[in-house]
Amino acid sequence: MSAYIVKRFLLMILTLVGMSIIIFVLLRLMPGNIVDIMFDSAGFVDPAEKANIERELGLDQPIPVQYFEWIHGLIVWDLGFSYVSEMPVADEIQPRIPITAKLAALSLFFAILFGLPLGVISAVRQNSGMDYTLRCISLSGLSLPSFWLALLILMAFVQYTGSIPIYINPPDNLWDELLLYSIPAAAVGFRSSALIMRLTRSSMLEVMRQDYIRTARSKGASDNAVNYRHALKNAVLPVTTIIGIEAAFLIGGLIITETVFNIPGVAHFLVEAILMRDYPIVQNLVMLIALVTVLINFLVDMLYAVLDPRIKYAD
Amino acid sequence: MGYPLSAAAFGLGVAMLAGYAGTALAQKDGGVLKLYHRGTPPSGSIHEEATNSTVSPYMGVFNNLVMYRQDEAKNSLETIVPDLAESWSWNSDGTQLTFKLHQGVQWHDDKPFTATDVKCTWDLVLGKSKAKLRKNPRKSWYKNLKEVTTNGDHEVTFHLKRRQPAFIALLASGYSPVYPCHVPPKTMRTAPIGTGPFKFVSLKQNEHVKFTKNENYWKEGKPHLDGHEWTIIKSRSTRVLAFIAGEFDMTFTTDVTIPLLKDVRSQAPNAVCDLVTTNVSTNLIVNQDTPPFDNSDIRRAMVLSIDRQAFIDILGHGETLQGGAMMPPPSGVWGMPPEILQQVAGYNPDVEANRAEARKIMEGLGYGPENRLAVKISTRNISIYRDPAVILIDHLKHIYIDGELDTVETSNWHPKVARKDYMIGLNLTGVGVDDPDANFYENYSCGSQRNYTGYCKEEMEALFKEQSMMTDQEERKKLVWEIDKRLQEDAARPMIFHNKAAHCYQPYVKGFVTHVNSVYNNWRLEDVWLDR
Repeated sequence: MSAYIVKRFLLMILTLVGMSIIIFVLLRLMPGNIVDIMFDSAGFVDPAEKANIERELGLDQPIPVQYFEWIHGLIVWDLGFSYVSEMPVADEIQPRIPITAKLAALSLFFAILFGLPLGVISAVRQNSGMDYTLRCISLSGLSLPSFWLALLILMAFVQYTGSIPIYINPPDNLWDELLLYSIPAAAVGFRSSALIMRLTRSSMLEVMRQDYIRTARSKGASDNAVNYRHALKNAVLPVTTIIGIEAAFLIGGLIITETVFNIPGVAHFLVEAILMRDYPIVQNLVMLIALVTVLINFLVDMLYAVLDPRIKYAD
Repeated sequence: MGYPLSAAAFGLGVAMLAGYAGTALAQKDGGVLKLYHRGTPPSGSIHEEATNSTVSPYMGVFNNLVMYRQDEAKNSLETIVPDLAESWSWNSDGTQLTFKLHQGVQWHDDKPFTATDVKCTWDLVLGKSKAKLRKNPRKSWYKNLKEVTTNGDHEVTFHLKRRQPAFIALLASGYSPVYPCHVPPKTMRTAPIGTGPFKFVSLKQNEHVKFTKNENYWKEGKPHLDGHEWTIIKSRSTRVLAFIAGEFDMTFTTDVTIPLLKDVRSQAPNAVCDLVTTNVSTNLIVNQDTPPFDNSDIRRAMVLSIDRQAFIDILGHGETLQGGAMMPPPSGVWGMPPEILQQVAGYNPDVEANRAEARKIMEGLGYGPENRLAVKISTRNISIYRDPAVILIDHLKHIYIDGELDTVETSNWHPKVARKDYMIGLNLTGVGVDDPDANFYENYSCGSQRNYTGYCKEEMEALFKEQSMMTDQEERKKLVWEIDKRLQEDAARPMIFHNKAAHCYQPYVKGFVTHVNSVYNNWRLEDVWLDR
């Protein structure tokens, strides 16, 4: 087991190095750079002034030099300065991370809270009215674009309450914060919960046809014991994988939701930084996301062994 | 009374009138004006930007030497009032403009404001100082400025190469603040310091820009607000809904489009919404250096194919306006009146007759139903650019031109235009000051950085200069119309329409007047107060 963990850890490092090269090269392959954007707001491009700014920002250096400077900065925790705000990257990114993390955690919480039990209910009551209703709801969750759902929610709030649940000022306390993030988290979590629900249902149905479930029933085990102790425990394995993947993909849904609900998190900030070709922000932020994703995958792999004792990571 | 003296006297007269108007109302002090912003301002340095994303929030940080009256909707030479200058006067040949400056004015960091700061500012703009601006979008405005000299701490003179009575109009723009000598350009971009009614507090990307009252403001009794705060909201739907829900006192400058205005009016019936011309035109840039548009006949045919009213009906719900390079009346001071505009090639309301003439030109050049000309219409991938480009493609079909839409990401737009890597570009042009000197020299003059097509004609340069030197503004107007007509017929930058948009605020916001011929000049906010 320990050898496996070391192997996985080394693979993680290798993945991150590969990611850093891909991020760096892809950013430079994108047409236009920050200087072009800067001149956009001035309404013209002056080649001499452009060259001056590129020199000032180090963009005139060869790409490998720029890459190694960045990696060196990462190692010594000097992330550089944002091209746009001219502020340290760490200062720009750090306050936004908890916001997105809270929103993502809350979204995932909603997704699991609704997705998992409803999936079980849907499977246990297969082909009942309840099953059809839940399947319709889950289908709508998968079909509705999250930005559209988010806008509908905002419009409904303005229409019926005269207020709008968006981020204008930082919340004063935990309760306000929970209230503020609940609606966007529900909007994002709706899609994930639909996915989890459908997967739980199909996984449960598959497991419930297994011999050991029949055996459990024939031994006189109660429905709850069969469904939750025997079936769900085994059915939850593929669902765990999906939850892990969803956690990583959540950032995509959060970009739209943070924009619509005006939440100053990293997801929306990342998109803005890409549009502005703010390389220091994008590079460091994408690396951070890559790190989180790789870590989540690692944790999910470890969780397999806990959930399913048949899985052994042989030394 | 000679010209220079009359100008100074007029300026003082208007100033007194403005002062009287200011004290006649019983303003309430206090409160923070809450507005939304459409995106993070590119910087806080007004001299380095050409966007109201910067001017609107930051204009209150600064003062100009002179400014347009904030309570007069239509900017003109007659609405210019003193700001940091107490008075101004011209020398006898109109080449020296001298300002007497207010005494006792301090920068936000408590350093004294002197004439040297004024000199420093325009040395910076002219590129004469050691410190350099990163970008200098309005260099062309000051083509005629030779130097700025000081006489003691409270007098400054602008020396012009030739007479230019409208030079003062440029100085009155929100784009012409006075910068402190002792603050480097980098600081001015991130944490600007001015003499204005509001001090910069903070800018947080994608979150907010905040300003607080300058307690030591040199204009007594002003400002009335404790500050103004701009929440940055990228999604237009969200920010307009937030305004409707009463979260904001005011929208961003002309942010409410004509279709959205209907929603705002129905859902927030108490809100005050001014639908105004923005002095932003939708136009074409034509690459005249390479075939086929190096041929003036094809350019003329293209201009004749445009049905401007169709653009106005489809995109502007019938509200936007036809015009030439200068913004059309009644909001614009210098635009051609309808009866003259209709005489310009392509502006005849009989579109079918125009197109028949265009087809004849094209057939003469060998094009026809069987031999159509394929062109690319390049534009930014933003709806306000893309939508008119699609309509243009439809119009060009009528004269054997098949257009293909080439959408360009914003970051690549100006580099592409600078490389002249386009055939026809659909473009939007905002003009900071409704005066021919600003517009012609910025967009049509030889060597100007914002003259995208590189249109450059000696005889037109001579006409630009002639109008610029004229003191009789009525006579000047006639010459400006003639120049505008020629610019349109030359397809220098064919105009499609002049945009309109709405600016909305809650009924308790007082002392704010939406300007009708510029979106850049009315953001000092020192007269604004909240009646709550």
